[in-house]
Amino acid sequence: MINQNVDLAIIGAGPAGLASALSASENGINKIIVLDRNDWLGGILTQCIHDGFGVEETGESMTGPEYAEMYIKKVKKKKIKIMKETMVLDINKKKEITAVNKKGLHKIKTKKVIFATGCREKTRWHIMIPGDRPSGIYTAGVAQGFINLYNKIPGKNVVILGSGDVGLIMARRLKFEGANVIGVVEILPYASGLPRNVVQCLDDYDIPLYLNHTVTYIRGRERLESIKIAQVNQNMQIIPKTEKEIKCDTLLLSLGLIPENELAKKIDIKIDKITGGPIVNQNLETSEPDFYACGNCLQVYDTVDALSIDAKKAGKQAAININKKNGKKSKSIAIKPGKGVRYIIPQKIDKPGKIHMSLRVKKPQKKSKLTIISKGEEIFNKKLPWVNPANMVIFDVKITREIIKSSNTIEVNID
Amino acid sequence: MKKEKKCITCIVCPIGCKIYYTIEGNNFELIEGNKCKRGVEYARSEALDPRRMLTTSVLVKNGEWPLVSVKSNKPVPKKLIFKVLQKIKTLSVNAPIKSGQIIIKNVEGSNIDFIATKTIKVIKDN
Repeated sequence: MINQNVDLAIIGAGPAGLASALSASENGINKIIVLDRNDWLGGILTQCIHDGFGVEETGESMTGPEYAEMYIKKVKKKKIKIMKETMVLDINKKKEITAVNKKGLHKIKTKKVIFATGCREKTRWHIMIPGDRPSGIYTAGVAQGFINLYNKIPGKNVVILGSGDVGLIMARRLKFEGANVIGVVEILPYASGLPRNVVQCLDDYDIPLYLNHTVTYIRGRERLESIKIAQVNQNMQIIPKTEKEIKCDTLLLSLGLIPENELAKKIDIKIDKITGGPIVNQNLETSEPDFYACGNCLQVYDTVDALSIDAKKAGKQAAININKKNGKKSKSIAIKPGKGVRYIIPQKIDKPGKIHMSLRVKKPQKKSKLTIISKGEEIFNKKLPWVNPANMVIFDVKITREIIKSSNTIEVNID
Repeated sequence: MKKEKKCITCIVCPIGCKIYYTIEGNNFELIEGNKCKRGVEYARSEALDPRRMLTTSVLVKNGEWPLVSVKSNKPVPKKLIFKVLQKIKTLSVNAPIKSGQIIIKNVEGSNIDFIATKTIKVIKDN
């Protein structure tokens, strides 16, 4: 067993892990360790070779690998220890991490922990598509890794289920690599990815988008041979007699992402049922003191820019609080998603000040109004020209000492 | 030239206005649909000379990775995209490669260069 003592341990060296490490270092912590199971830094960014990263943050449109390298360079200049090809096996409330790599088993004692463990893709079994179990069915992100990192094309005649951004970007990527992209099938009446991606990945290359449709059957003995798709009604129920068979050898699934929190769950950190990530306060501290969460394990972001801003906050707060004893728990208020809001982060506030919030709406709509209600009174409002579930709504709100003192919950609505 | 009526979805901002216009040769005329001035410019450039930033990858020899990701140094005219991609597919490059390094110059006489977006080290012998 190799023993180490550090001030801050960060699990995951993707964009969130790197940004939080950098920020913790800039705020005065010297003994930082970042653990990642891959043999590279930057996480999933490495396989996202398209551009559009960093626009809000730097004003420049970068590709995923460029954005990652920008952070890797900064991190390498700091006193930050990085352990690659290292898998965290266990963690406990005493803040002891057990990890393994080629050198053996490691025990790392730390004062603070930041989870930056990212997310996973939903699979066929999350939506229970009936049929055979042939090869040729991949999640979109896995296919993206095959093509962009390992030079393997998953198939020739491809259907994509789900119009999330990864699915849309893969439609274009496969077209570029010479595959026949038959179409993108989406159960909702609108695309779940950004409009820009619908235009530049599908419309540009005449790839059809089948809205209000879903895959109803998968057929194939060894390799995928065909799928059936059908139209759905407003209640997402299949409309009889609309089923048609499509011959294809590959089905990519772009069904959405789930925050990865297996480690956090080991120490009973409370998880928000909607986001799938830990419940956090304004400092991104979880229900367990000294454990923070940032990046896609907290909520699935739509841009890396917004993700990095929040991850830096987690790093900074971990640094500020490093030598503070956990005193008495101060009173906190819960922030509840109200009308039109699917979720909101943070879910708790225990200190007054300017609070950075992010939420997702339930449905796309034009001219909307965001309101925050405390004890029946409106304490904040903001007009929004449009809202869309694909675009996070990000805003700052001043929460006074009086609000925290006098109420137990505040509610956020979008009308 | 025939006067054609067309519709595009504006992507300047996420509202996604449907903009209708006519095009006759090089003559662009807005009909309706845009909520702001930027939409007109978008529709005009899309109608007359659509271009896209192009990202893809190039084969690498002796690298830690079999591919290096690349991007065009300026937007590529849409009609040239597949011609450029076909050419890129025939090429390969030796490691080491530094991010920012020019990988292909003036591809297919288009005056467009492709730049590495990733640093690739030489593969270590096992």
